[in-house]
Amino acid sequence: MAEPVATPASPLKRTPLYALHVSLGGKMVPFAGYEMPVQYAPGVLKEHLHTRAAAGLFDVSHMGQVAVVPKSGTVADAAAALERLVPQDIIGIPPGRQRYAQFTNAEGGILDDLMVANFGEHLVLVVNAACKDADIQLLRDGLSDVCDVQPLADRALLALQGPKAASVLAKFCADAEAMRFMDAGPRNVDGLTCYVSRSGYTGEDGYEISVPADKAEQLAEALLSDKDVLPIGLGARDSLRLEAGLCLYGHDIDTATTPVEAALEWSVQKVRRSGGARAGGFPGAGKILAQFDSGAARRRVGLKPEGRAPVREGATLFATADSAEPIGKVTSGGFGPTLNAPVAMGYVPTALSALDTVLFADVRGQRLPLRVAATPFVPNTYKR
Amino acid sequence: MTTLYTSDHEWLSIEGDVATIGITDFAQAQLGDVVFVELPQIGRALKKTEAAAVVESVKAASDVYAPITGEVVEVNQAIVDEPALVNTDAGGKAWFFKLKIADKSELGGLMDEAAYKAHTA
Repeated sequence: MAEPVATPASPLKRTPLYALHVSLGGKMVPFAGYEMPVQYAPGVLKEHLHTRAAAGLFDVSHMGQVAVVPKSGTVADAAAALERLVPQDIIGIPPGRQRYAQFTNAEGGILDDLMVANFGEHLVLVVNAACKDADIQLLRDGLSDVCDVQPLADRALLALQGPKAASVLAKFCADAEAMRFMDAGPRNVDGLTCYVSRSGYTGEDGYEISVPADKAEQLAEALLSDKDVLPIGLGARDSLRLEAGLCLYGHDIDTATTPVEAALEWSVQKVRRSGGARAGGFPGAGKILAQFDSGAARRRVGLKPEGRAPVREGATLFATADSAEPIGKVTSGGFGPTLNAPVAMGYVPTALSALDTVLFADVRGQRLPLRVAATPFVPNTYKR
Repeated sequence: MTTLYTSDHEWLSIEGDVATIGITDFAQAQLGDVVFVELPQIGRALKKTEAAAVVESVKAASDVYAPITGEVVEVNQAIVDEPALVNTDAGGKAWFFKLKIADKSELGGLMDEAAYKAHTA
């Protein structure tokens, strides 16, 4: 979910599954300061299709896991404190549930996107790898009066995603099938104390499993021993999330985009919007709530190229085949293996954001037509 | 018929004054599953090292360069219609385009099979 680091100044870090990736034939590349597998022998296309057909296992241990523990012992105090940093209703997350959120800045831009889970006595956050140090500092600066901010550096994070994820995990975790989408909390998995959420970044049903670092390889090997499960690299993780219409931080959302511009209004509950009982009170609230009330000038949309040529990140968008004035940019784009067609997303003027609006992208000097399209491009299969 | 190679992992099969050009099996393996191919217009005059065609995998787009100077006399529509052919038969049916060779002396700078094998070893 984060910006790749091409030539890191500091040595690359490794996750607890590094040796397993290498032994499985993973092609290791630098990503967000870590050496991560971009693909295994089957390649991005087959890994993508396998995840949608059966189940894929992803190492997402590079992401940051952080416990936010209220000094009072009352989780609502931690939730209320976190609401100072995000535009979401955190107080309203029931115990055992999690919610998607964004850290915002004073200009209404997005510092990072994250998951927030209520573990009953404290909160557990999952943040992007490239942002985690800054996020931990933000949390400490913002919440230390009320909370202890505890990075869970001794835990790995696995994602098991796909239509077979539930039946596979059920063999190791008695509670797997009973969990609903966005349920989260401690669970016993193969005798290990894990934190399991029924969520992911592929649009498929599935789980994210936080496991003690020294048991991560053992658990990964146990899951991979199931014939339905293949290891999946970052390449397919990206094409899966793109087909699911999910944002990649540093690309589709960043400090220059607000939640409203990013079409993430659904993630901001009414209680934090104008007229709500806890309206505002987060960084950039003035700008973000004004955009809720009167709209933003531009908007993130799904884009379907009409031809076969992928339209990739950075491509300039135009209103017509011959207009000189750029109207926006593609922020993610590539080929969707499940759709068997190119897919993209990007920012366009709100006036040109209606479904089926035809726009043009500059690709190698040619203007290729694409159409504003609903996301997800591939329907979600979450177990709600 | 002679087959020559470039350090950019293209092959050229020379017959008279026409060179058939494709990418090597090594190159297709590096790219991964090919999902899109764009070929030059017939009649286009290409200079040596100019971007001539594009081959795209799920993840990335790569240029195919003109290994020599010449005019495009034929392109292989089969790989546009079925890009996966590049993965299954890179050295054969999945040729990209044919050039009318402008300057045969440029061939002298290319590798033979043994040199290319050493290059990719």
